[in-house]
Amino acid sequence: MHPTTTKRPSYYEELRDKGYSRRDFMKFCTMMAAYLGLEASAAGQIAKTLETTPRIPVIWLHFQECTCCSESFIRSSHPIVADIVLDKISLDYTETLMAASGHRAEEAMKSTMEKYHGEYVLCVEGSVPTGADGVYCCIGGKSSMDILQECAEGAKAVICWGSCASNGCVQSAKPNPTGATPIHKLIKGKPIIKVPGCPPIGEVMAGVLVHIITFGRLPELDRVGRPKAFYSKRVHDTCYRRPFYDAGLFVETFDDENAQKGYCLYKVGCKGPSTYNACGVMRWNNGVSYPIQSGHGCFGCSEENFWDNGPLYRQMANFPGFGIESNADKVGMIAGAATVAGVTAHAIATNLRKSKLISSHIEEGREAEKEL
Amino acid sequence: MEATSTRLRRVFVWELPVRVYHWINALAVVGLCVTGYLIGNPPAIQSTAEASHRFLFGTIRFIHFTAAYIFFFNFLFRLYWGFVGNKYADWKNFIPTGRKFFREMRDVLRIDILLQKNRDHLSVGHNALAGFIYFLTFLAFLLQCVTGFGLYAGMSDWWFADLWVWVSGVFGGDFGLRNWHHAAMWFFIVFAIIHVYLVFYHDYVEGRGEISSMGGGWKFIEEDVFEKEESKVE
Repeated sequence: MHPTTTKRPSYYEELRDKGYSRRDFMKFCTMMAAYLGLEASAAGQIAKTLETTPRIPVIWLHFQECTCCSESFIRSSHPIVADIVLDKISLDYTETLMAASGHRAEEAMKSTMEKYHGEYVLCVEGSVPTGADGVYCCIGGKSSMDILQECAEGAKAVICWGSCASNGCVQSAKPNPTGATPIHKLIKGKPIIKVPGCPPIGEVMAGVLVHIITFGRLPELDRVGRPKAFYSKRVHDTCYRRPFYDAGLFVETFDDENAQKGYCLYKVGCKGPSTYNACGVMRWNNGVSYPIQSGHGCFGCSEENFWDNGPLYRQMANFPGFGIESNADKVGMIAGAATVAGVTAHAIATNLRKSKLISSHIEEGREAEKEL
Repeated sequence: MEATSTRLRRVFVWELPVRVYHWINALAVVGLCVTGYLIGNPPAIQSTAEASHRFLFGTIRFIHFTAAYIFFFNFLFRLYWGFVGNKYADWKNFIPTGRKFFREMRDVLRIDILLQKNRDHLSVGHNALAGFIYFLTFLAFLLQCVTGFGLYAGMSDWWFADLWVWVSGVFGGDFGLRNWHHAAMWFFIVFAIIHVYLVFYHDYVEGRGEISSMGGGWKFIEEDVFEKEESKVE
């Protein structure tokens, strides 16, 4: 990540020009180091890098999505976060926020791809429809599939913003009419970072970019390809309502007394125990709140398949093949009851069918008893 | 099977390790099913106590995890014993290995399940059908261990638990994993009902000490049947 091209202003220089004080800048660096879970000295390392490194070129593509990832990003708690990528620093192409349009926008993208071949970071927001030759999402006369492949070819790395690009999200819900496909299934041979969530937390997005800028490599990823710094803990494990869970105190309905007391939302379907994200720690909108704090369970927006995982307000998915309201327990109880009935019937049948054998045993035993 | 002979021969069928395995397993399965069901469907409790004074759900989960470890290592031990134990504990009792195995399965089905008369079969240890069902049970054990440790891996720092982090991805995330783990519990419940019933059934119909065999290890075989079996072996 140390381009040798013509002298461009560093991140710090651009920020200074924009009116940020040194103090603001250092606060930002410290915050980022903390979010990334780095040691205190890393704040200096981040500051140093941002002072000396010219911006990395970024191409930000929008496909099948709602732009909530961009919205989340520009609302992250520190103003520099928005400025660092979106406003001034490095967006060479993004449909939502760039000033250019039409052919000029296309040119900007093309020139970035040529000039910074192998250097730029490709950010993708949204999934790619592969059905019907990709006609469900075309930009500038090209299908999203073609655009993605063209842009990914010279990218240093691909960042999948949000659940759409990471997992497919709601548009890939059964029966997935457009064939919406997450990026990692389409692009091979490039480092891919998944930053799932609908949307992902703005600070998480910033943290991923800052890590790439500072260390010149991708952050450490987990098995599924998500940055470990933000996705290694369940929402449940960092939940401030966790003591109520351990105590066995649960909200039964959303309007009961337990809900007022702020008990655990597990029984009203909170998916925190099966969702990996940093919501419990970082929270949203400048750390104001997050769903659980607002009294609504997590529904697992950063997990694969959350859209097809059954009811939001129950802990259990529907059991496939047994109707809409069936779950494993209902099916199991019916199976258990049927087993008890079957066993009872068998016991009765045994006494009828094998009566001769049984009575001969009994007779034999009785005789032996008399003889003793 | 018409009971004609009255003389019974004592046969040592279940060795001590097999019996210990059986009862540890039974306790663990009951404990796991009860706590597991409670984890999936916690009881509604109204309490004025502070959360910090209570640890009910934490205790339930602790019992579940402890029982799971016991269950798992006990299961591993049984697999090992399938290679070093006596012939009734041998792994060949569980996996259909030939036409004879299938023929016996068919016979057991006819006599014990369909209750057809005038037929005879004898297995001193597991009969073929039971053996095969136990094999399926072992597969269910495996599924339950894999999904269970897959769910547990994220909560533990122990390298052993961390060996299972890959599971979540295979089952489409923790949520799918959780559902599989939960649904599989019902297999154990259904199995337990049938298992306990059939033990009583065999004891009642055959009078060979089926129930007590898992206590002392003995089964009692009619003398003439014993000789017939013996001649077959020779």
